[in-house]
Amino acid sequence: MEKKTCLYDRHVALGALMSPFGGFIMPIQYTNITDEHMAVRQHCGVFDVSHMGEVRITGPDAERYVQHIFTNDVSGAPLGQIYYGMMLYPNGGTVDDLLVYKMGENDFFLVINAANIDKDVAWMKEHTEGFDIKLDHQSDYYGQLAVQGPEAEAVVEEVLGIPCKELKFYTAKVVGDIIVSRTGYTGEDGFEIYGSHEFTQQAWDKLIASSRCKPCGLGCRDTLRFEVGLPLYGDELSADISPVMAGLSMFCKLDKPEFIGKEALAEQKANGVPQKLVGIELADKAIPRHGYPVLNADGEQVGEVTTGYHCLSVDKSVCMALVKTEFAKLDTPLCVQIRKKVFPGTVVKKKFYDKHYKK
Amino acid sequence: MSKVIEGLYYSESHEYVRVEGEYGFIGITDYAQHALGNVVYVDMPEVDDEVTAGEEFGAVESVKAASDLISPVSGTVVEVNEALEDEPELLNKDAFGNWIIKVQLSDPAELDALMDAKAYESHCAE
Repeated sequence: MEKKTCLYDRHVALGALMSPFGGFIMPIQYTNITDEHMAVRQHCGVFDVSHMGEVRITGPDAERYVQHIFTNDVSGAPLGQIYYGMMLYPNGGTVDDLLVYKMGENDFFLVINAANIDKDVAWMKEHTEGFDIKLDHQSDYYGQLAVQGPEAEAVVEEVLGIPCKELKFYTAKVVGDIIVSRTGYTGEDGFEIYGSHEFTQQAWDKLIASSRCKPCGLGCRDTLRFEVGLPLYGDELSADISPVMAGLSMFCKLDKPEFIGKEALAEQKANGVPQKLVGIELADKAIPRHGYPVLNADGEQVGEVTTGYHCLSVDKSVCMALVKTEFAKLDTPLCVQIRKKVFPGTVVKKKFYDKHYKK
Repeated sequence: MSKVIEGLYYSESHEYVRVEGEYGFIGITDYAQHALGNVVYVDMPEVDDEVTAGEEFGAVESVKAASDLISPVSGTVVEVNEALEDEPELLNKDAFGNWIIKVQLSDPAELDALMDAKAYESHCAE
């Protein structure tokens, strides 16, 4: 049985197409994915992302604990600073990718993927031994909205009355009972706002009533993040796909004294990995989808598509794919098998559209 | 409310056949295009390919997903609608006006197994 977010009734009233995602029944689209995608690229869109999980870590050893389970380095961080990184298994495989907010000295707010909430919380609890911390699982308390697009700043300030102009990229602040951060998953400027269900419902109603931002579903959230090369756990990261394979080493600080998975990552960096994540651009309009085989020029399978779309902003069929490392160089000719046909393509950077962050 | 046209033959998987003499024009119904959303690619067979009733002959892709096209009848492809290569969205604009393949029917008796407009309308309402 899927869970509902605090905005479920509102999605249904707006006529959204609802579908299961990560253990929740979520809006996939309200009108259509293309219009919602373009609204975020050109103006502003609001997403219900209340399915995301939240965990608060406090206590005398909170920082040392976060440093232990998280690949990025939060030491010496200023208040309000946010870090992207992963939790890893000892073998370097990925438990989840997440955001860590520094809310105070020895006070961290962790935002995890909906589909991984139970697994992550169990993983965190398994690794608390030797740390004097309090782990507070807050997913059921928080609703979350993502307001994204070039007009997001004006919308959040003027419609919601939340001052956010001065927030820098990847920083957060507390306003009353809510947390607002300049973050997102679309490649555009934007904000994510965490609050009680009551706050989330009221803020959503104000945003929709203002007509200044379009309600956007998870369909375009995926096309938007894909175009700018952001990974999705389950596609580009998994227990079998390490951050090194996914090209995300920059979020893993091997100069930290220790973290779970560090030795495995160091070994992968030193000796190389058997597979790497690449971008592939096809010559044809046919659409590569998750799981389709990637072939070399001789027709042998050398990898698999992780995510693919006909990219809306640049009108090309492109995908991310995990391929044998020897085929991962830029400009390598690779083909994708789509149903019965084989379509030629080329390895390109796995960023098909430039991000437009306001830093 | 989706449009249904009299005089066509319909399959449960939402393809239609418009019969003209020994030929059948196969496409997807208005209900199907609506359910798919924005069509961004149509994967079509080639002229002279054989299609078999009940078997896949191509796919229609929306942004999010690919849906197989199932042939309602058997026969030989004599023409494909090349306009859909450049403008797949024609299926959203007018699904019945934009057939996908033209087939020379090898067994017109297969048409008896398909639904008429009225039966298809109730099939969609289920």
